[in-house]
Amino acid sequence: MNKISIERLNFFYKDKQVIRDLSLEIEANKILSVFGPSNSGITTFLRSLNRLYDLVPEARMEGLILLDGKDIHAKDVSLTELRRRVGMVFDVPTPLPLSIFDNVAYGPRLGGVKSRAKLMETVEEALRMAALWDEVQNRLDIPAMSLSGGQQQRLCVARVLALKPEVVLLDRPCSGLDPISTAKIEESLCELKKRFTIVIAPHNVQQAGRISDRAAFMLSGELVEEDSAQMIFSNPKNSRTNDYITGRFG
Amino acid sequence: MDKNMKAKPRIGDKAAKAVIWTAALLVIAVLVCIILYVLAKGLPVISWSFLTEVPRNMGREGGVASTIVSTLLVTFTAIVIATPLGIGTAFYLAEYTKEGIITRIIRFSAESLAGIPSIVYGLFGFVFFVEILGMGWSVLSGGLTLAIMILPTVIRTSEEAIITVPKSYREVSFSLGGTKWQTIFRAVFPSAIRGITNGVILSVGRCVAETAAVYLTLGSTLRMPTSLFSPGRSMAVHFYLLASEDISMENAYGTAALLIILIFLINVVANTAVNRMIAKNAKR
Ligand SMILES: Nc1ncnc2c1ncn2[C@@H]1O[C@H](COP(=O)(O)OP(=O)(O)OP(=O)(O)O)[C@@H](O)[C@H]1O
Ligand SMILES: [Mg+2]
Repeated sequence: MNKISIERLNFFYKDKQVIRDLSLEIEANKILSVFGPSNSGITTFLRSLNRLYDLVPEARMEGLILLDGKDIHAKDVSLTELRRRVGMVFDVPTPLPLSIFDNVAYGPRLGGVKSRAKLMETVEEALRMAALWDEVQNRLDIPAMSLSGGQQQRLCVARVLALKPEVVLLDRPCSGLDPISTAKIEESLCELKKRFTIVIAPHNVQQAGRISDRAAFMLSGELVEEDSAQMIFSNPKNSRTNDYITGRFG
Repeated sequence: MDKNMKAKPRIGDKAAKAVIWTAALLVIAVLVCIILYVLAKGLPVISWSFLTEVPRNMGREGGVASTIVSTLLVTFTAIVIATPLGIGTAFYLAEYTKEGIITRIIRFSAESLAGIPSIVYGLFGFVFFVEILGMGWSVLSGGLTLAIMILPTVIRTSEEAIITVPKSYREVSFSLGGTKWQTIFRAVFPSAIRGITNGVILSVGRCVAETAAVYLTLGSTLRMPTSLFSPGRSMAVHFYLLASEDISMENAYGTAALLIILIFLINVVANTAVNRMIAKNAKR
């Protein structure tokens, strides 16, 4: 069974349709890139997977999203548990105005973990997975805001990993980052997929090509095609995908 | 022609800068003059016995101990009542309601209340707390009246502070599995605390300095208050009576200087306390 199944997802802000009839299977322990030109509805798509759009009053969703075969909109689904299982990194670094340690420990603390030792263990593990530990291990109590942009984004990755999620959604985690920070994040992603299912809105087509197992091309709210990354980037079936990849539009 | 057009904005710029600087300097100069004048006249009067003795002979002799205690008590009561109410209302307005009739009514009332002269609050407090509820002139009547008076300020400054907390903090907290309450308590409140406490500190200053509303609800007895139900006389009222009834200009200045020092001290202490709290919070 696939980790996430999406059946005929339609998404609206008020009367404006942002996602059209999107059906997609997401395999466990793979990296899926969802890419496309700006305004294709990719952020919206990612946010529908952890129901973060619930915060937007005018948003409305139709269709079915199954996580491990269970409807995430079912009445008995706990929203807080869903969001711990499906973690999210935003397209700009979003450290909270707390120390590095408290940022990473934020999620576990919400979950009720109090013991300093237990928290320390979780924080270290998460920071190591996000390839940030070596740079910050001696100054965990400085404000997270004083880190560089690239470090902040890796901190946000660590913060999500500290939840021990099953799925990690990354919305352009490398936008605005230098090549070295980008390489660090990409490296850790390839390591992380052994333990998590990863859905990423890549920075660009090149990045999608480098890191993904599967890739999905979205255009104006529609899923144009989804296939193994190899197929999509070497031999796309749809001419619109081909045009986008070869840089003819977008 | 061309030259003129280029030169004009520069001259305009400089002129504007000069006007702004002069205005700022003038305001500061006036403020400093007033404070220095009061301190120069009042500081020599302040002594240990001025601080620790109860006024005698209507304030001509003795100190101002009972008025200090009255002022602090009535201010404390007002802040203890108004702060939780005001912050609660602000969070309700900012986080729990959509814009609608109720929020508009609350906001409109708060704004109207903020513009009412304090003596009207005094009159209301006198009629409602002192007479109808039978609390008499007392710390409680005064505290409640001041609480109502500062509530709009506390609500407004708190709400503003809450609204300016970036939306992303809330999104992050929710996306990490936070409940609404956890998000408010752990992500929003700590970021808003600075603005909220600024509003509260401002209100403390207003309570300490308030005259009319306190005169009508706390009373003007010079005896030392012993409980929430005792009447008393605040420092501002004491100063007003000493000066306006020409009882003792000397002691009036002493009281005024003490008021200035007190407000200054409260500001410093409150600010350091808040900074400590924030620093401690960030490290926890
Ligand atoms: N909160 C919102 N309220 C109303 N409309 C919104 C909201 N969020 C997004 N939209 C609209 O939905 C459409 C898709 O936005 P979305 O952010 O999902 O696109 P995207 O593919 O992530 O774009 P980008 O590549 O620029 O990040 C846009 O037209 C946007 O205006
Ligand atoms: Mg986006």
